[in-house]
Amino acid sequence: MSATPAQAAPKTVLETTLPQSPISAQRSMDSQPHGAPGANTPFTLNFGPQHPSAHGVLRLVLEMEGEVITRADPHIGLLHRGTEKLIEHKTYIQALPYFDRLDYVSMMCQEHVWCLATEKLLGIEIPKRAQYIRVLFSELTRIANHLLWLGCHALDIGAMAVMLYSFKEREYLYDFSEEVSGARMHANYFRPGGVNRDLPEGLTTKIAKWNDNFEKNIIGMLETLLDDNRIWKQRTVGIGVVTPDEAQEWGFTGPMLRGSGIEWDLRKSQPYECYPELDFAVPVGQNGDCYDRYLIRMEEMKQSVHLIRQCLAKLEGELKGQPCKIQNFKISPPARNGMKSSMEDLIHHFKYYTEGFHVPAGEVYAAIEAPKGEMGVFLVSDDGPKPWRVKIRAPGYAHLQGLDFMSKGHLLADVTTLIGTTDIVFGDIDR
Amino acid sequence: MTTTPHIDTHLDLKGLHTMADYLAKKLPQAQLSIAVRELTLTIAPEHIPAAIALLKDDKKLQFTQLIDLCGVDYLGTKHPHPTRFAVVYQLLSMAHNQRLRVKTYVAEANPDTRHPIPDTLSVPTVTHLHASAGWYERETYDMYGINFVGHPDLRRLLTDYDFVGHPLRKDFPLEGHVEVYYDAKEKRVAYKPVDLPQELRRFDNVSEWQGATGNAGRAAADNTFTNSYNPDEFK
Repeated sequence: MSATPAQAAPKTVLETTLPQSPISAQRSMDSQPHGAPGANTPFTLNFGPQHPSAHGVLRLVLEMEGEVITRADPHIGLLHRGTEKLIEHKTYIQALPYFDRLDYVSMMCQEHVWCLATEKLLGIEIPKRAQYIRVLFSELTRIANHLLWLGCHALDIGAMAVMLYSFKEREYLYDFSEEVSGARMHANYFRPGGVNRDLPEGLTTKIAKWNDNFEKNIIGMLETLLDDNRIWKQRTVGIGVVTPDEAQEWGFTGPMLRGSGIEWDLRKSQPYECYPELDFAVPVGQNGDCYDRYLIRMEEMKQSVHLIRQCLAKLEGELKGQPCKIQNFKISPPARNGMKSSMEDLIHHFKYYTEGFHVPAGEVYAAIEAPKGEMGVFLVSDDGPKPWRVKIRAPGYAHLQGLDFMSKGHLLADVTTLIGTTDIVFGDIDR
Repeated sequence: MTTTPHIDTHLDLKGLHTMADYLAKKLPQAQLSIAVRELTLTIAPEHIPAAIALLKDDKKLQFTQLIDLCGVDYLGTKHPHPTRFAVVYQLLSMAHNQRLRVKTYVAEANPDTRHPIPDTLSVPTVTHLHASAGWYERETYDMYGINFVGHPDLRRLLTDYDFVGHPLRKDFPLEGHVEVYYDAKEKRVAYKPVDLPQELRRFDNVSEWQGATGNAGRAAADNTFTNSYNPDEFK
C-alpha cells in the first residue's frame, strides 16, 4: 500500500535504518506505482467532508499525480462553533462545559486546562485530594482517548476487531465518568478550585478492578492483534516520517513529537498538580513514523494504568476524607445543606451561580499534556466575572497543519493512515 | 501576587529574571515584564521577524517552537492599552524549558474603531521562521482582520467560504449577522439576516432582579414578554 517496499519484519528492524526524511515525491513518482505513462496527469481530488476516515468533518483538497499526493490542503472550520467568542460572554463556570465539547474524546483533560488557567490567574492552590482526583480522571481520559484513537486508526487501515475490543473498554470508562459527574461524555466535573464533588462510595474499587483487568488482559490482547501484524506494519512502518526538526518547526506536541525522538512531556518537564509525586515513564520513538507513534500511545496507556493505581492508593489512603475543593466560598460553592441553615452560605451560593467570581486582571497561559499533545489556554482577564479573551491552543490544529508535508509523496491510501496517526478530532481543531 | 504551587512546579523565578536581563540586552527596543510568573516581551510590529528569529536561533534562548499565535481585541476594556488590537505569540524553548510570550500592539491608521479598514492593521509574517505560523496567522486574519504581510496564503480558515466580517472583534455581535436555512423552493442552503425568536439576554449582573441595566435597548427588549402578558389569556 505504501510507496516504500513493505517491511513485514520483526520489531527489531525498527532500530536499524529507515529513511531520515519523508519519502520524497520525486522518488515515488519515478517508481510510477500505478498506471501507464501519461496516467500521472495532475488532478485535484476532494476528500471529505463526509468521508468515514476523515474523523469528523475534514475537507481535504488533494492535488495528485496519479495516485501520489503532491499537495494536501485541509479545509477546516466545518465544525466551528465560535467557542472562544461564546466564552467571552459567559462566566468562568459557565465557560467550563464548552471545554468538554472541544476535543470530545478527552473531555476531562480539556476541563483541566481551563481550571488551571483560571487558578493561575486567581493565584489559588487546590487541595491535594482534588489534585489526585484530577490526575486520576485525566489518566482515565487519556486511556479513553487512546482507545478511540487505536480503534479508529486500525479500522481506517483495515483491522476491524481492534475497534470492537477497544470500544468495549471505553464503555466502562464512560460508566466511571457517569458515576462521578452524572454525565457519560460531557462531564463538567473539574471546577476552578478543585472538582465538583467527591468520588461516590465504591468507585475506587471499581476503577481498581477495571484497571487491573485492563492491564492484565486487554492491552496485551490489543498488542497481539497489531504489534507484529503484517498488514498493520505494511501500512504504518515508514509512513509519515517526521524528523525532530520538522516536528518542532510545525509545532508538534505530544506523541507526534515524542515519536520523532524528542523527550518532551509536560507532565515531566513542566509538571502541574501532583505529577512530580508520581512515578511514570515517558516513551520516546526513534523513527518518527506511524508505527512508532502507535507504540508510544500503547505504552502511554500502560503508564496511565500505573498512574491510576498510584492515585487510587493515595485517594484511599492518606487523602481519604479530605476536602476535594478549595474552602474559599468566593471561588467554589458552599455545601448544599449548609445553604439551608446559613445566610452567609446562601449569599455565597447565589453570588457564585449568578455573577460568578471576579478574576484579577492579567494575562496567563496554562498548558497540560492532553492525550493528543499540548493543550493550552491563553486567558486574558479584565478583572470581571467573564473572561476578556480566551485562546484555545489545540494540539490537533498544529498536527493537521502538518498533514501537507507529511503526506507529500505518499499514496492516497496513506492519507487515512496519516489522519489516523495525527489523532485529530474536529471539536478542538475548529473550536 | 500569590502563587499557585500546583502549577509550573518546575519554574524557578531566578532563571526567568536571568533570561529577562539577557533579552533586555539583546533586544533593547523591547519591553519586558514578569507577571503571574510569566515573562512577556512587548515589541513593535516592525521588529517582530527579527525578534522571533533571534529568539529561535540564539543559543541561550532556543525558542524553537511557536506554540500559539492569536489576536486580542481590547476595545472597551477597563484597563488602557496602547492600541485596540494586539497579536500574541506563545513560544516554547524545550532546550531551556522556558516559555515566553511575545506581544505586539497593532496600530490602526483609521481612527474610526467601528469600521477599521483591514489593510491598515498589519504585522510582518513569521511563516518563514516557524512553519506552524501559517494557520495561526490565517486564523488571526480571519477572526480579527489583521493582515500578515508576506504570508504566502492568507485565506480565511475557520469561517464559511465568502464570510463577511471578523467575528472575534468586540464590535461583532455574538448572534452574528446572518443565519443559515434550507430554502425549499431553491432546494439549497441559503443565508438570511439573523432573526432570533427570543432576544439574546445579556445580564450585567449588577442587579439580578432588575434585568439587564447596562443597555437600555436590551432592557426594553427583555421586557417585551412582561408587557405582552395578558392575565385573562388562560381563563
